[in-house]
Amino acid sequence: MRLSLTSRLSVLSALLPALMVMLVVYIGATSWTAWMSLTNSRMLPNNNFVGFRQYQLLFSNDRWLTSVHNIVVYGVLFVSLALLIGFLLAVAIDQRVRAEDTIRSIYLYPYSMSFVVTGLVWQWLLNPTLGVQYVLRSWGFAGASFDWIVRPETAIYCLVIAGVWQASGLVMAIMLAGLRGIDDEIWKAARVDGLPKWRVYISIIIPMMGASFATAAVLLSTAVVRLYDLSVSMTNGGPGIASEVPAKFVMDHLFERANIGLATAAATTMLVTVIAVVAPYLYWRARKGEVR
Amino acid sequence: MSAITLGAVRPRFRPRRISPARWGLYAFILITALYFLLPLYVMIVTSLKPMAEIRQGHLLALPASPSLAAWVKAWTSACTGLTCEGIRTGFFNSLRILLPSVVISIVVGSLTGYALSLWRVRGANILFGAMMIVAFIPYQVFIYPLVRVFSFTGLGQSLATIVTIHTIFGLPTMTLLFRNYFASLPVELFKAARIDGAGFYQIYARIMMPMATPMIVVAVILQTTGIWNDFILGLVFAGRDNLPMTVQLNNIVNSTQGERAYNVDMAATLLTALLPLVIYFGSGRWFVRGIAAGAVKG
Repeated sequence: MRLSLTSRLSVLSALLPALMVMLVVYIGATSWTAWMSLTNSRMLPNNNFVGFRQYQLLFSNDRWLTSVHNIVVYGVLFVSLALLIGFLLAVAIDQRVRAEDTIRSIYLYPYSMSFVVTGLVWQWLLNPTLGVQYVLRSWGFAGASFDWIVRPETAIYCLVIAGVWQASGLVMAIMLAGLRGIDDEIWKAARVDGLPKWRVYISIIIPMMGASFATAAVLLSTAVVRLYDLSVSMTNGGPGIASEVPAKFVMDHLFERANIGLATAAATTMLVTVIAVVAPYLYWRARKGEVR
Repeated sequence: MSAITLGAVRPRFRPRRISPARWGLYAFILITALYFLLPLYVMIVTSLKPMAEIRQGHLLALPASPSLAAWVKAWTSACTGLTCEGIRTGFFNSLRILLPSVVISIVVGSLTGYALSLWRVRGANILFGAMMIVAFIPYQVFIYPLVRVFSFTGLGQSLATIVTIHTIFGLPTMTLLFRNYFASLPVELFKAARIDGAGFYQIYARIMMPMATPMIVVAVILQTTGIWNDFILGLVFAGRDNLPMTVQLNNIVNSTQGERAYNVDMAATLLTALLPLVIYFGSGRWFVRGIAAGAVKG
């Protein structure tokens, strides 16, 4: 049906905020950031074009290389552990256990808390003189040692522990929905065939849950790219620069080190990486015909 | 998204007797549940102990004589750098940020979703698709240009700025939520209203929004927890006088000189986590629905 002029104006006015956000914030800000990364802007933006020099500087910067290394380690461990634990929790709950609602609430409540809170809590728990190490020693394990958070080689694993604690419940919720969506006939057929339960899960159920795994993995991955609060509150990037992450690198160089050129080069690198990962996923979803 | 029906279907069969595998299952559930509960337990007991007891005592021990002194101190007189006014300033700042942000982002998001779902607008799918893509892009790409834009418009760092920012970054999820909901309603309803001569905003306000109550509940939960838990946007855009609770908490805990008052720190942390926890335990399945709806963007 054709729209009258007033209707059209109404529709346009309703879509104005979205259009503005799209043009000014997303397209405008992104191109500006990309352009700044090609200049030698320091404290204030300027337009002195220097080609890709900021990128050369970036990839010879120790702190950035540490950040990238850390985010890869964190990303791989966080996503795989959260998927594994979340899936196991969902399978456990799906065995028709008692007090299902309570158990589910316990697994999921950390997800309602902020990364700042998560980081601070785990900072205390992992503190060697106060936390888990102290408890183990007081229980008689005199040689027990759990001082990962104060050692540069292992600090990043502490972020993984905290992150997994916070996010596994989310994976559990997604996986449980996936498991409950599986047809009972499949279970009956498997039981008739005498397959043990674990075989059914590995050979039949997991392959059927591709969509749940993909949704959870993508959600977790976006959290990886945004990883900032946790590093700030838990270790503040330390000890030294041992647990620095890319998002923190950008923020510090924008607001503390007054190096806009380098910061925007880092931000643009993050953007390109995200697009390289997300584009195939969105294409895959579009191909599957999900209109979302 | 199938996740919407989270846990709605009852599981399929109950085993006849308690087998060893069953014991293993309950052991697994018990151990994992303890792992998830441990941090909350430690926070609560530590916040109720005096410092002397924390220094000598055991992390897991119950407080000998529970006291709320640390909670009072955290609320009224904990120090962030130079000022010692407690975390309550952050609490009220977060509240002042939260209320307008939630209302405005839901109004704008629902209106956008409504226009994109029921009104055949040219390019609607392109706009919507683009919005979904940018939901993935890290904030770091936008932050500095936005700082410049807001200082150029004279808003600088202020309450109005942070509310606008939350509306902007909430827009993709809110639009998605309402677009999918409105698209699932019977289209005859919309057509009948059109034939009766109702206009764009009349249909929105009189018919669509009253029908969207469940989605509004989900959106409020999603936005409230998201905005309350935000750290980076508040840090950059709210300005010194409006710093949200999360930022203030981090300042209280991580800028302490000398010995840390762990009991006060943990009380402050609990106070910051309180609102999302209340919403979570109070809203039950609604929270899960909110996650599922937000998860669709992923």
